[in-house]
Amino acid sequence: MATSVNNELLTRPDTTSGRVISSSKLPDEVKGTTRVRRSHRQIRTENVFRRTLTIVGLVMVVLVLGIMITLVVQSMPSIRSLGAAYLWGKTWDPVKDVYGALPFLIGTILTSFLALAISIPFSFSVAIFLGEYYPKGWFSDLLKNTVELIAAVPSVIYGFWGLAVLVPIVRSFESSIGANSIGYGIFSSSLILAVMIIPYAASLGRSMIQMVPANLKEGAYALGATRWEVIRSVILPYTKSGLFAGVLLSLGRALGETMAVTMVIGNTSIMPTSIFSTGNTMASVIANELPEADKTIYNSALIELGLVLFLVTVAINMIGKRVISRFTNE
Amino acid sequence: MEGKIKYRIGKSSSFQLLTIILACSCVMPLVAILVYIIRAGITKINWSFLTNVEKPVGELGGGVIHALVGSMLVIFFASIIAIPIGILCGIFLSENKKSKLAYWCRLSVDILQGVPSIVIGIVAYIWMVKPLGLGYSAFSGSAALAIMMLPIIIRSTEETLKMLPDSLREAAYALGMPFHRVVLKVIVPCGVSGILSGVMLSVARIAGETAPLLFTAFGYQYLNTNMTKPMETLPHLIFKYAITPYKDWQDLAWGASCILLIFVLLLNILTKFITRKWKVQL
Repeated sequence: MATSVNNELLTRPDTTSGRVISSSKLPDEVKGTTRVRRSHRQIRTENVFRRTLTIVGLVMVVLVLGIMITLVVQSMPSIRSLGAAYLWGKTWDPVKDVYGALPFLIGTILTSFLALAISIPFSFSVAIFLGEYYPKGWFSDLLKNTVELIAAVPSVIYGFWGLAVLVPIVRSFESSIGANSIGYGIFSSSLILAVMIIPYAASLGRSMIQMVPANLKEGAYALGATRWEVIRSVILPYTKSGLFAGVLLSLGRALGETMAVTMVIGNTSIMPTSIFSTGNTMASVIANELPEADKTIYNSALIELGLVLFLVTVAINMIGKRVISRFTNE
Repeated sequence: MEGKIKYRIGKSSSFQLLTIILACSCVMPLVAILVYIIRAGITKINWSFLTNVEKPVGELGGGVIHALVGSMLVIFFASIIAIPIGILCGIFLSENKKSKLAYWCRLSVDILQGVPSIVIGIVAYIWMVKPLGLGYSAFSGSAALAIMMLPIIIRSTEETLKMLPDSLREAAYALGMPFHRVVLKVIVPCGVSGILSGVMLSVARIAGETAPLLFTAFGYQYLNTNMTKPMETLPHLIFKYAITPYKDWQDLAWGASCILLIFVLLLNILTKFITRKWKVQL
């Protein structure tokens, strides 16, 4: 395949068109000309390029498989010696080699679901505001971009702000309702997490709500429904699965969030007794203890926490993506 | 009857009001954080802050030059690893829509996108820090960040290239161009704005990432440009100093947060303008 547009080549009377694949099929007099050499080189480059692309695609698959296998292999010592009791052991004491991950599982579940409960009214409001009430206009653009910027702020900065501003506020709130007033703890982390995960459910929900067919809404209006009734009995049921997927993606983010939580949760490895007590999540305990975990079993127990975190977030994300693709294909 | 209708209309408008109030109040935390960080940080930034390394508590004139240089180096090397692989993989996915490998590759990218950053950190730690004789190194931090950049670059490249009309490709083939030239000289230049904004988004995302650096680049209190040694980075410095009780060190952290926040937000806003100007959908 000659590509360089060369006048001399174009004007030469030549019956074998540009599609030269193998030199053995060519008449002898054409062999060895610049043109054939060039097309050979070109075919070789083309094949090399195609092969490179395939290899890069393969590398991605191998990378993810490698991550998975590495986590499993490295947590083998802990899986083998601790077994399933690891997941419901209530004490975590590396000095005495007792490893029970239940406090962290509870801590993770409490913070993530509390954060989800706080953030859902806000993110759904943003979705309905931008998707249904005011889809256009400068103010909506501003709101949309601002909400998306919430996801852009680094989590360590959320954590620092939480330490300096939120923890004192929560502390005075706790002392006013008579709880133990520490300020650090599960409640503070949930508040920070709730802010951080608003954009995920909001932007997905907005695009889902905008996809509701106009004739469904018009039909409801024609029957005399008010705006709220249209939203409640047409838009929300129609976008149910899409909104659910948005919530799942938010949950996936909340489960794996590390820095902001580590900075405000208080980092105690005992069972949390209420939402105001201090605790640890899976991610925060890894962040705190992995650099100093020198014993093999300690190290491996922490990596097993990472494996659990990996499997749970992957499962949640996969379900979310499946729901979205089914919704958009319908 | 009249009353019932009034009630329904009233309910409808009160719900609308509630939605507007809740939606607008989402902006408040962001504004609060921006204002607080900039007010607390901007006064700490001066010449000695930008040119000195950190000093022990009590000594005046500590700075963050080691973290600034470290962050730049770590991000630079992460980009060198991730950008070519990411773009090539995006091209692969957009050129082979139906092949089996493309299906698995797409699935892997989806999985990678959802993996928490701390897990990537653990894996980089196992691969590049834990083997004997290696130890903490800035390069392992770059590798961890590169893994986090990949899915963003791949997705944006794939989505951008998929949206280009087929006629473009066909015209190029009709001129007798070989595959690699069609891709590199026609397809990629047409989609460059989308690819560029994906790259910028991924840099903005990893610039503030701390968790994977905790046990890879680790942190170091002097200026270091050797990629095989531990290195300080801005987000890690913020984390390290934010949890200390000393005001001098917290001040350093406020200044560093201000720089990091402005950098990340500017990069995001710039990306928004690029996508709007070239009408790219991400």
